[in-house]
Amino acid sequence: MQTRLILAALRKHRLATLLITMEIALACAVLCNACFMIVHRLQLTRVNSGVDESALAVLQVRGFDPAQPGDLNARMVSGLRAIPGMQSVSVVNTVPFGVPSGNTGVMLDSAGKQFGGVVGLYTDGPGSFEALGLKLVAGRAPQAEDFRPMATFAPHDSQVLVSRTLAEHLWPGQSPLGKEFWSGDLHFRVIGVVANMARPGAGEGGVGTIEWSVFVPTLPGHNLAGTYLLRADPKELPRVLRDAKAAVVKIAPDVVLDHQVSHSISDLRERYFRNDRAMAGMLVGVIAALLGVTALGIVGLASFWVQQRRRQIGVRRALGATRGDILRYFQTENFLIVSGGIALGMLLAFALNLALMTHYELPRLPFYYLPIGALLLWGLGQLAVLGPALRAAAVPPVVATRSV
Amino acid sequence: MPDQGAHRMFGYYIDLALRSFRRNKVLTALMVLAIGLGIGASMTTLTVMHLLSGNPLPERSGRLFYPQLDPKPPEQHELPGQLTYIDAMNLWQARRADRQAIMVGSSVKVKAAETGAKPMGLHTLATTADFFPMFGVSFIHGGPWTAADDTGKARVAVLSRSAYERLFHGRDGMGQPIRLGSWDFRVVGVIEDWRPAPHFYDLDRESYGPGDDVFIPFLTSRDLAELGITGYSLDCYGNTTDDVHLENQPCLWLKFWVEMDSPAKVRAYRRFLDNYSHEQQAQGRFTYAGAPRAALPGMMQWLDQNGVVPADVRLKAWIAFGFLLVCLMNTTGLLLAKFLQRGAEISVRRALGASRRQVFFQCLVEAAMVGVAGGVLGLALALAGLWGIRQTPADYADLAHLDVSMFATTFVLSIAASFIAGLLPAWRACRILPAIQLKTL
Repeated sequence: MQTRLILAALRKHRLATLLITMEIALACAVLCNACFMIVHRLQLTRVNSGVDESALAVLQVRGFDPAQPGDLNARMVSGLRAIPGMQSVSVVNTVPFGVPSGNTGVMLDSAGKQFGGVVGLYTDGPGSFEALGLKLVAGRAPQAEDFRPMATFAPHDSQVLVSRTLAEHLWPGQSPLGKEFWSGDLHFRVIGVVANMARPGAGEGGVGTIEWSVFVPTLPGHNLAGTYLLRADPKELPRVLRDAKAAVVKIAPDVVLDHQVSHSISDLRERYFRNDRAMAGMLVGVIAALLGVTALGIVGLASFWVQQRRRQIGVRRALGATRGDILRYFQTENFLIVSGGIALGMLLAFALNLALMTHYELPRLPFYYLPIGALLLWGLGQLAVLGPALRAAAVPPVVATRSV
Repeated sequence: MPDQGAHRMFGYYIDLALRSFRRNKVLTALMVLAIGLGIGASMTTLTVMHLLSGNPLPERSGRLFYPQLDPKPPEQHELPGQLTYIDAMNLWQARRADRQAIMVGSSVKVKAAETGAKPMGLHTLATTADFFPMFGVSFIHGGPWTAADDTGKARVAVLSRSAYERLFHGRDGMGQPIRLGSWDFRVVGVIEDWRPAPHFYDLDRESYGPGDDVFIPFLTSRDLAELGITGYSLDCYGNTTDDVHLENQPCLWLKFWVEMDSPAKVRAYRRFLDNYSHEQQAQGRFTYAGAPRAALPGMMQWLDQNGVVPADVRLKAWIAFGFLLVCLMNTTGLLLAKFLQRGAEISVRRALGASRRQVFFQCLVEAAMVGVAGGVLGLALALAGLWGIRQTPADYADLAHLDVSMFATTFVLSIAASFIAGLLPAWRACRILPAIQLKTL
């Protein structure tokens, strides 16, 4: 009964009602998608790299001929091992969240007809598998005879380990042990599977491909030199890395230390996801500002309405309405308007989500975001209208008798 | 009553607007805050977009083109963005454009020639002599190498100002040797630091990072292949046997730019590319059948195709505009409340002879003034926002400054936004029936 009265009364203020409805609809659309984007981005930052990040660091030097590194590896490894606190030094090509290198398309058959995907290769030397701390879930770890030299970007014939995600992608439902794949005329055979192993970065194919990586045991030397994986106790790691950087000048004075990429793996991870965290932060700010602006708009308009209808409120009070009745009237009115806005907002939210899916690689908005957005906006509306509604309830009945 | 001189009325409207602001400080403050926030957010993201998608060479971009060829069967719709050695050399030696330059970059170990000098890794570009006049790079000492140096594989280098200072520490280094890798190069020129944003001629490096520090002739870099200048994005589409000497390998790794100053020449060059593809198909080097696959985008088109502006930046710009839209709606509602509250005052003016149009303009002037105040607040917020962006570690971070055009745009946007926000309330206000309002006075 009250609802019909309220709607009838609102018909006299069509413009203002429409404005609040549109504002709530837009706020709902932006709110739902922004919350979803925040959750999505933060989920991305939680990828499991599969390695002992807190205990590992990488050091990279440049300025030597990669085809003839000579004794650079031997000098660097023995020199770095001498640093107190260093638990192990091994030669690698890259690390998770490090410099992207060694991406290659692989084929599931030797004729090159069945494309598997573009994977990341870790061509790492002896000692690196244990240093990384990768968890074996099937097969075996690489032994000394598995480490072979390479001429281009991987050994000609190698026994490799793949991540569980890649195994599921290349051979769904089957045991990957013993399976083979090719890249050009390079041949790989799977001897083991690790739980998680992230590449330096997600590749073509989207963020789901960040775990498409292959561990290729390789003998350091030609084309595998200059990048070293350092392992130390997590508490000692910052000091060990500093000492290592200082030691490079003495061990190999003729090379250039690449300061930009020589960091601990947790630092590299933090930098890699810096953009996503900044985006999430900006979205939180936008949501807060949006809710604030919407609330202020509702307060402003509701105050104006209360002032315009002082006479009518006075008449109702004189006729016997209690303060609570007046309060409930305004709150119900606000509830109805916000509901209209939310109904429109749901459609807008999906439309906005479709646009974001096409242009910005966002997944589909799950349904449960809509009720959450609706509840948030209802609550916001009710809170915003409370002030003006209380002022309306305070209008004394005697106003009805005045003509001014 | 005839219009009493537009200036006097305009001044009167401003006076009325100021009085109404004073009377209703809270409402005015809310409106200014709403517009200010919306403008601040939009201008921050818009400035960053403007900086990142701007034209790095406005006077020359119309004359610069990027030939594309495809030597292999197409695997995607787009043509590859780099050339093989054989194709690049053929196009360069054909000299069909006014100027042409091959280029490829890498980080190379460089040090001063004296013993005991510390080596440093500097961005090095191996290119041909036309590079400097084609892109209008200005020299502070010396000049570029000659065409004879190109073909003669001379060991000469051009340095950027900052590299020159780091290597020679203020002494005169012209004609002096520097050491790249294991070889001595003679310095023939020093250029002013050049950091085009985006780094259009080599998009495989970070698009907005620091410029190149050392320039050497391309054929010299092939002669001394152990320098390892093979680019930041080597894409080999077949079996390779050698990844240092890439002359005969099936690899795409070179960039090639041409300059032509008339549309007729551009068309002729496009035909030349098609004919070249045909020839190569006939010879069997290009391994696909059918129509020749070649393209000749202009510089800005090439940047567009590659989407240099990061997706996140564009997304943030859209979010900010969505926020501005909500703020606008807010302001519309508050302006409506404000104007309708003054129904009595407007009716008195109407009774005294003001036409509907005059009331409409009065309301619009008031809305525009809210816009000016909101613009000032928005400018302050945008400056704060840009300061925030300069603290982030993005490669374009230190470019984020408000320039003159963006400063002007702030006020134009804010006044236009409040104008649009005020249209509906002004129209509603000027339709108030004076008689009814006057009766209840």
